Amino acid sequence: MSSHKFEIENLNAWFGQKQVLKNISMKIVEKTVTAIIGPSGCGKTTFIRCLNRMHEIVPNAKVSGKILFNGSDIYNGSVDPVQIRRKMGMVFQKPNPFPMMSIYDNVAAGLKLNGIKNKIDLNYFVKQSLEMATLWDEVKDDLNKSGASLSGGQQQRLCIARALAVGPEVVLMDEPCSALDPAATARIEVLIRTLAEYYTIVIVTHNMQQAARVSDFTAFLYLGELIEYGATRDIFENPKSELTEKYITGEFG
Amino acid sequence: MDNYTVRRVKDRFMLILVYSVLAIALIPLFSILEEIVLKGASSINLDFLTQPIPTVGETGGGIANVLQGTLIVVGLASAMAVPIGLVSGIFLSEYAETKLALAVRFFNDVLTGFPSIVVGIFGYMLIVLFIGFSVIAGALALAIIMIPVVTRTTEEALKLVPATVREAAIALGIPRWKTTVSVVLSSAKKGIVTGILLSLARIAGESAPVLVTMGYWRWWFAGLDKPAANLALDIFIFATSPFENWRTLAWGSSLILVILILGINVVVRVLTKERYE
Repeated sequence: MSSHKFEIENLNAWFGQKQVLKNISMKIVEKTVTAIIGPSGCGKTTFIRCLNRMHEIVPNAKVSGKILFNGSDIYNGSVDPVQIRRKMGMVFQKPNPFPMMSIYDNVAAGLKLNGIKNKIDLNYFVKQSLEMATLWDEVKDDLNKSGASLSGGQQQRLCIARALAVGPEVVLMDEPCSALDPAATARIEVLIRTLAEYYTIVIVTHNMQQAARVSDFTAFLYLGELIEYGATRDIFENPKSELTEKYITGEFG
Repeated sequence: MDNYTVRRVKDRFMLILVYSVLAIALIPLFSILEEIVLKGASSINLDFLTQPIPTVGETGGGIANVLQGTLIVVGLASAMAVPIGLVSGIFLSEYAETKLALAVRFFNDVLTGFPSIVVGIFGYMLIVLFIGFSVIAGALALAIIMIPVVTRTTEEALKLVPATVREAAIALGIPRWKTTVSVVLSSAKKGIVTGILLSLARIAGESAPVLVTMGYWRWWFAGLDKPAANLALDIFIFATSPFENWRTLAWGSSLILVILILGINVVVRVLTKERYE
């Protein structure tokens, strides 16, 4: 029996008066890839930003409901969001390496700011993270170059390495390939499958082929509601809801 | 004339107009520079940079004590203004939506537009009335002029750092203040340094607030509670004096001040250029 990394119960989220997530309940299985699909504005991004408490950094944003992470509620009043975020790496739509830092410092940033100062440890974690993100061979001789000097796909893998460096249990990806060309996208997709052996991955994507290729489970969100959730194969081959079927066959979106 | 010819003529006319206006705008700038370089260059030599102001009737001499006094007061003013301006700028940019931030920004803008002589009078009331004309009073007045400029440029530089960079740091589990200090500030470093340098150039050229706070002094620096010589102010004193030797010093000092400010602007250009590599 597989264990659940997240158990989400009656999750609602708002921006000011506007409700963007409505009563979402679902469970996310450990060390699998879960894809969140749906048309623009359906709340996909908000959903994963609720998982690491990033939603609340926007002024006037509000959340209600429960998200159990390893069995305990991350929205319990005594939980420090900073601690939660350290256990979850996040990769964003556009590659966003720290602009004034070298490749090495980008990966080391999270470690250093979390108090790891020892040079040997840093070197070890930086190398390991870059290897994990399949970037090491391309940059091992240029670790002191600016992170911004890399190509878009490399920058995104650098951001993945940066997220992995702090030793997360979960990797949240918000349309990680939307700014990349097909070749770079393919590399990231292979990487996602590899990472799923070690991490629980939740990926937001507007690309249904991508969801079909990389994910084990798929959730379809529409206007802030969870319409359908299940094994990816079932969702794509045998959707229960008419709305899901219409969306994946491209009738709207 | 057909339509095309009309448009061409209009285009030419506008082009000529733009260039002539540009020329008119540049004439004063270049004639001032020319005059200062021509008359100032001949008075600059080793003595000029190493000797203090000559007494009346003496020949030669220089402005070494003036440079010393200016460096001290500008240095002291920046030591007060830079930390305050930096912290205020960070506050305005990172906590932009609070009511306090709105109020601070408003008063900061008002302070930016304050006539510098008014700031000088403030320094006079606050310090000069008690301990007399002094470097401390001058530095305070110049710091008050400098703070809003540093604050504003720091705020603008920090706002240019993309939100995605902040989010990346926060998502790594880095507390907000650490995000600001180590990630956001380092990304905005060049813009902030530019702002500080430009405000330095501004206060180095101030004379009115210096006159009413630091007073006039012809000798070497003698302590923070005493007046000290100042470049911008001495240009006025030298230029309006009846002594030929001093009037020569005025031209030399003007050239030094212009070189100083031009130099700062060039450094700023070099710094900001790198940003777009």
